[in-house]
This record gives sequence, structure tokens and C-alpha cells, in this order.
Amino acid sequence: MERILFGDNQFFAVNHISDEKSMAQSIKFKEDSAIIKTLDYAMEAGVNTFMCTTHDRIANICEIIRNNPEKYKDFKIFPCMPYAHKYANAVTELGITGTLKQYVPGNFFGSLFKGGVAFLSKDYLKIMELLIDAEMKMFKGIQTPVIFLQNVITDMLLGLGMKDVLIAFHQYVEKKYDAEAGFITMNLPKLLEVLESGGIRNPIICSSINKAGFRMSGGKALYEETLKTKKFRAIAMQVLAGGAVSPKEAIEYVCKLPNIESILFGASSRTNINETTSLIHQFDAAK
Amino acid sequence: MGISHLAILGAHPDVQVVGVCDTSKMMLDAIEKYSSFPCFTDYKKMLQDAKPDAVLVAVPTKFHAAIVEELLNQNIHVFAEKPFCLNPEQGAPLVALAKQKGLVNQVGYHNKFVGTFQEVKRIIDGGYIGEVYHFLGQAYGPVVVKAKQDTWRSNPEEGGGCLMDYASHVIDLINYILAPITEVKATILKSIFSKDVDDAVYSMLQLSNKVTGVLSVNWSDETFRKMSTSISINGKKGKIVSDANELKVYFKEEPFPEGYSKGWNIRHVTDLTPEVDYYLRGEEYSAQIDYFVKTLQGKVPNSINSFESAWLTDKAISLIRKEQR
Repeated sequence: MERILFGDNQFFAVNHISDEKSMAQSIKFKEDSAIIKTLDYAMEAGVNTFMCTTHDRIANICEIIRNNPEKYKDFKIFPCMPYAHKYANAVTELGITGTLKQYVPGNFFGSLFKGGVAFLSKDYLKIMELLIDAEMKMFKGIQTPVIFLQNVITDMLLGLGMKDVLIAFHQYVEKKYDAEAGFITMNLPKLLEVLESGGIRNPIICSSINKAGFRMSGGKALYEETLKTKKFRAIAMQVLAGGAVSPKEAIEYVCKLPNIESILFGASSRTNINETTSLIHQFDAAK
Repeated sequence: MGISHLAILGAHPDVQVVGVCDTSKMMLDAIEKYSSFPCFTDYKKMLQDAKPDAVLVAVPTKFHAAIVEELLNQNIHVFAEKPFCLNPEQGAPLVALAKQKGLVNQVGYHNKFVGTFQEVKRIIDGGYIGEVYHFLGQAYGPVVVKAKQDTWRSNPEEGGGCLMDYASHVIDLINYILAPITEVKATILKSIFSKDVDDAVYSMLQLSNKVTGVLSVNWSDETFRKMSTSISINGKKGKIVSDANELKVYFKEEPFPEGYSKGWNIRHVTDLTPEVDYYLRGEEYSAQIDYFVKTLQGKVPNSINSFESAWLTDKAISLIRKEQR
């Protein structure tokens, strides 16, 4: 994994500190070209990995990437699935069965034998595999070396004690896509314990890690201890803690922590992209 | 059912989940197969076999009253989802019963566990913006953004509609931060895409302390990515504008709360939210369940989101509906 990963929250009006900013972002990134332009700024700053949710609009971005193979030859995407809102809305409207019908490729109950049998026999892991395939369709022909499970699902499975499902995700991604599985979580220490007990060694885990202790469930001290003593590949996200810490302080804190393989950040402007990347380089060099 | 509630309970170190009951076969099968929770299809059988100390009720609102009554009669502590009941007449005897039996009772109005709104309450209670003369409570989001969709949420007899399901959050917040709504001047309930229920609520309210204000809620507004709840309050010495993420407060003159100064001040939920032990979709969801558990353990009083406060919200809902123009 590259040291710096570029995130997508800003493109989809996800803002943890202000509903007003969220609306402004929604206006700014209305056109796909605005997203592409911002990705270009990130690439100019040396960031070639885009970590993004499987939002419908990402399909358009993938199309542009596929159509410009020379420009994007070193470009990688880390898909994060599922885009939960899509399914939540569908379940409200169509019910669980209707949702599966809509999202699973082919005719779920007819020609696609695998789906029909999986549904009737309540083989949920098989259904999950079909949904992963559905989500991965948009990335065809694009390098996706790491595929993530979104925190809403990871953490729900964690709370429900459904370890086998987490492991099944890990195995399927490896087998079918020749990719590594990653897990996004707001509960890093708990998740790591469960993954380790399920026999997953050195997992890729992306979680909130910041100087303010924001969204670090169980506390900052426990996270620092986990980073120091456990074996896993950490990606730090929400490093700016929604603006609670100054960028300089925020990046210095994360760069000095042991065992952080990558730092994920998102930004809407060229200035902010350049500022954050150069701060990371500056504090990395000082180590 | 409340799959998120179940996950939060499952992760809580002081809670042992002794039973899960649901009518969705698909959901229950998945839980049975991949988690270790005992599953039931009949809640009365669950009570009999599992003998729980407390039960979390997350079923459609129309079933709340009967189930909660049964639980209280069996001396079981109750956490019920919001709104409490279909009308205040249903809820009143339950408030009394819980009190009489000395059972812990809580309703899931999670906004009271959001850091910014807690801070708003602190500022108001301290009298820092002076005499309050107006408020505006709002919530917008993309729940029903096109015609069709027929679920219990679209049936007015079952607790569907924007007023009961969505505006109730804002009403409860106004009741909590300022004072209970006791009079309604006028209401517009608007159906935008739904056939049988309201999709928007606009209402002019008066509180028990005679303060007046406006309620504006619309769940058919797709310009919002998810539910956005906010409250603004005008006082003679200042003004507060707050949503779940950001609190803006203007002070005209001293005294200010510690750390604040004259003019505009901004605080973010990141600074105001205590860490939780397990996070799913928002600190407030874990915090409210943790509060319920702590009440059971006798560590905190049963004062936030009691049946009684949720019943006052049900009462306000019925007043708002009655004054429909």
C-alpha cells in the first residue's frame, strides 16, 4: 500500500462537522469532471491510490479511468463496500428479496442458478459473495489490490459476534479477486482481537486515528497500545478529527505513531491536498 | 427489528443477550446461524424461556403499548423505541405502571445523547442567552422521495408518517431543551409523495413557559444525504444555532459559559462527544444504551428519556395533529 491514500467523502457530501459544508460539497462536486479534476490534483501530489465507496457515481469515474489507460496506468482503487445507503433505501422500498433481485447480477431467481439455490437454501455467505460480485462489476479492468468492508457492516458484524462472516469476506476477496481484504472499523482493538482469533494474520485495518481521540472506541491509549504491540497493517483515517486539531499537529501525531502503514485523507481543493501531503512527507522525513 | 440495537447490546461488556425475537424468518435465520444469540419467533415464549432482566422493544409503534404492558406486568425493565405509543391515551397507564412498579423505563430519543444538543441545553439552563423569545426546530431528510413504498410507515394507524416517525425527534428535543409543548396555534400536514400519511409538518407552537416557535420538518427532501436535525433559539442576550455536528452560539454580553466569549462561538461535536466503548453509526446510539444499562445497575438516575418525557412528546404530537388546517 502507498503511504498516502486519497479518500472520497468530500465528493459525496460526507462531512462530520458541518451540514453546511456538506451542502457546499454537494454543489461543488455535482459534475463528474469536478471529481476527476480533484483526483488529478491528488495524482500531481504523488497520490495514486483512491479509496472509495461503491457509490453509483464511482461507476462513471471508473469509466473515465478505463478510457484513459495511459494517464491512469499507475492508478489504483481500493473499493469500500457496500454503499450502505443504496441497500438501506432499497430494503425499505423493495424488501430484502426485492433488493437481492435488483442488485444481484443476472436473474436472481431464474437463470442464475447459483443465486436461486443460495437463496432457497439460506446460504447467506453465498449471497454475500454474489453481492460482492455485484459491487465489483464497476471496477472491471481497474487495479483493485485491496477491497474493503465498510465500517457500518464490519462493526455491525462485530457487535453481533458474526466472526465467520468477516472471515468469509476475507477469504472470498482473496480467492476471487486476487486482492487483499481490508476492514474499516470504528472499533480497532475489538476487531483486531476477533480477526486474530479467526486465524487472520496481519490484517489490513483502516480506522479513525487522531490526536483528539475522536471515534477511537475504547480510547486513544488503547489504540496506541494496540499499534505498539499488535501485528496488523494500519491505515489511519479521520486524522484531522473533523478539524478539531490543526493540520500540522494532526499529521505530526499520526506520522510519529508506530506501525501506521498508510494515511487516508480527503480534500476538495488543490491547496489542501498539497498541504496535507507535504506535511506527511515533512514529518516522515524527520523520523 | 433493531439490528443495530442488537449489535450494540451484543458488544456491551455488562450485557448478556439471552434472546432475540423477530417475525422476519430471513433475519432470524441469519442471526441463528452466525451469532450465538438464542432466537425466538414468539416474544411471550422468549420471556418464559429466557427470563430477561430487561427487554429492548424495537417493533412497529402499533405493537408498543401491548408489549410494554406485558413486560411491565412481568416486572421486566423496558427500553422502547420512539415514538412511545400511537397516542397519549395508550401511553398514560404505562407511565403510571412503570412508576408504580419501580421499573427502569427509557425511550430511544437518541438526540439527547448528541454532544452539541447537550451543550445547547447547558447554555439554555444557565440562562446565558437571556430570556428566550423564539425557537425554530427543523429536520429534513430523504425518507420518502418518490411515490409507491408501502410499509407500516405509510399507514397512519400504525404510527407511520413524518409527524410521528420523524418530527417526533425534533418535538422531543424542543420539549427537553426548552419546555414541553402545551399549545399549538396551527399546523400544516402535507403529503408530498405518500398517499395516506404526511411527508411534511409545519406548525406554530407554544411551550408551558409561554415561549413560542416554529416546527418545520420534511422527510421528502432529497437534498439532504441523511436526516439532519437542527434547532435555533433566540434569546434577548444571544442566539443559538445547532445541528448534530456543529453548535454556533452568539453572546451579546457577559456572563458567558467558560471557554466562550462575546460574539459568535463555534463548537463541534468532535469536541463535545465523550468516547464510547463500541461505535456503530453514531456515539449517541451506544451512549443511550449504555445509559439504560447504567440505570439498571443503579449508577445513574432514570431521568433522561423516561416514559414520562416520551409521553409528553406523544401528547405534543397529538396536539399538533389536532390543530391541522
